[in-house]
Amino acid sequence: MAADPILSLRNVEVHFPVRTGVLKRVTAHVRAVDGVDLDVYRGEVLGLVGESGCGKTTLGKAILQLVRATQGTVTYSGEDGETELTTQDDAGLFAFRKRLQIVFQDPHSSLNPAFTIFGSLEDPLRHYGVKTRAERRKIVGDLLEAVNMRREAMDRYPHEFSGGQRQRIGIARALSIDPELIVCDEAVSALDVSIQAQVLQLLMDLKREKNLTYVFITHDLSVTEYLCDRIAVMYLGKVVELCDAEELYSNTLHPYTQALLSAIPVADLDRKSQRIVLQGDVPSPINPPSGCPFHPRCRFAQDICRTDVPRLRAYKAGSGVHMAACHLIDQPLAD
Amino acid sequence: MEHDVALTVKGLKTYFYNNNRCNRAIDGVSFEIRQGKTLCIVGESGCGKSVTAASIMQLLPTLSRIEEGEITYHGPDGPVRIDALDRGGAQMRSIRGKEIAMIFQDPMTALNPVYSIGFQIKEMLMYHTGLGRRERHDKAIDLLASMGIPLPERRVNEYPHLYSGGMRQRAMIAIAMSCNPRILIADEPTTALDVTIQAQIFELMDTLKRENGTAIMLITHDMGVVAELADDVAVMYMGNIVEAGPVGTVMRNPVHPYTRALLDSIPVLGRGKDQEIKAIPGQTPDPYDRPKGCQFADRCRHRIDKCDQMPPETQVSDDHRVMCWRYEEFASDGR
Repeated sequence: MAADPILSLRNVEVHFPVRTGVLKRVTAHVRAVDGVDLDVYRGEVLGLVGESGCGKTTLGKAILQLVRATQGTVTYSGEDGETELTTQDDAGLFAFRKRLQIVFQDPHSSLNPAFTIFGSLEDPLRHYGVKTRAERRKIVGDLLEAVNMRREAMDRYPHEFSGGQRQRIGIARALSIDPELIVCDEAVSALDVSIQAQVLQLLMDLKREKNLTYVFITHDLSVTEYLCDRIAVMYLGKVVELCDAEELYSNTLHPYTQALLSAIPVADLDRKSQRIVLQGDVPSPINPPSGCPFHPRCRFAQDICRTDVPRLRAYKAGSGVHMAACHLIDQPLAD
Repeated sequence: MEHDVALTVKGLKTYFYNNNRCNRAIDGVSFEIRQGKTLCIVGESGCGKSVTAASIMQLLPTLSRIEEGEITYHGPDGPVRIDALDRGGAQMRSIRGKEIAMIFQDPMTALNPVYSIGFQIKEMLMYHTGLGRRERHDKAIDLLASMGIPLPERRVNEYPHLYSGGMRQRAMIAIAMSCNPRILIADEPTTALDVTIQAQIFELMDTLKRENGTAIMLITHDMGVVAELADDVAVMYMGNIVEAGPVGTVMRNPVHPYTRALLDSIPVLGRGKDQEIKAIPGQTPDPYDRPKGCQFADRCRHRIDKCDQMPPETQVSDDHRVMCWRYEEFASDGR
């Protein structure tokens, strides 16, 4: 898995205008994603973790151009060379939508209740050139079998299925046009634990079979540890730490990641760790704090943290690079 | 006095009626909550955790009723049979909120948006204590301050929409704790919250337990939470407590196949990428069309013919009980 990026994000910013008053004048911006540099390598599972409101879902949508970045570039590299997605219009994006798909968080609202499963799943096929209905029925049937469901399920309606089954239908829909990359936006968060394991295993089996790349958005760091090759931790629209999954858990650098990891209840009685309890809430992304966005809640905050924004820098690590954005970590490899 | 029992539930059966069908939501549940201890009830959605809490509080919906069993509250004036009380009667109203308080899952819907937080705390004090207007106001500020809400003098007059999710949940706990209840029932109090906020809430509940000797019944679906907080644990599946005991016993030597499957199905932080998670096959049965015998039989790997009959509750040791025909084999396989 040497550096073969499928997607490169450079300084991506997504700002949403806040309109107030009778005239609906723009008075402020929500800085949902605020300058993110990220590469997604072919064949990897990249985890995007963070608390609610940190911009992880918006970043996921920006990757797919479902929300347009207000600044920065998203570049797709495939067999036919590099293409900058951010400058493409809708027609230009058509060819790339086939390769980049998404599985949504809520299996209850992401399927149209008035359509049968076949109705929902045949749409992408029709758009991407499967002309005859018989052929589409065959493909949809195969897809449902690939996600461990029965072929006959295609003529039933979403309300007849449980949450776990619906999520599997959502995965089947994303797979229908053979994408290269799937963004899983909290794909297992709404499911019961026993069902969650079924879906996680299915995702991993499909990845091996079809050589997929996942961007896995979640707030659950136990799931990312199990699933991901690399993990990016986000806070207030910025990536604060980025490295291999193992490295993140064994050698946590950023104080926010440390607190996040220690706050997770672990289902293991022999591993009672000291909880680092953060004070206060995540600040508003409309008016983020000066300097390091994490400094009002950081145990180690110093003067420099209040004034200067730390950049993501590379640090020494066992294998690969360990990136973190903090003034207080010693020994950066390169500035 | 330290470990005396605060509440006993014995053979509780609560049924729901719908379209001439009967859902035996709770089908013979027994447990006790001890003073100064935390009992965690863990299970998947639909297993009857919340109905248990609603039965204790006499807050069941109209189309359901307690069919059988006893709920005994051991108050300062001797035992009271809660199930025999009129649900809107004076005695029940004096227990509900004052002696047994409850925290709900979703603080946004549990708080009334048209009344200030202060009003909602003072309402409790007005009904259950003899405090005067001034004293009530001061007590409300004290409570908010002790929950770690900044600027309580100002916040007390604010409305729920001005509070963040974590602060709303803390305000709910403030309401629940306002009359120093002897039992606190928390129904998934942190499911809607981020892990860092969850850690704050747990810290708070731990303090309450230690300082006031409050008995806590915590309903959760997260085995991690159980490992962190519980003294005792009861695992529920489809209306039965399938295994119960001290947290160390149940988590280290689980003897019911469901408890084992549940523990095997979650990725545990710190076990790395190589950990094996085993999904539980199938899904929970339709509550209106239950299997006749053991409810878990259809998904169980160790099923035998005898499982078509309901297994009895059996003591494995003094404080460890299980509902399974084959528990002895599992107890001795040294897991």
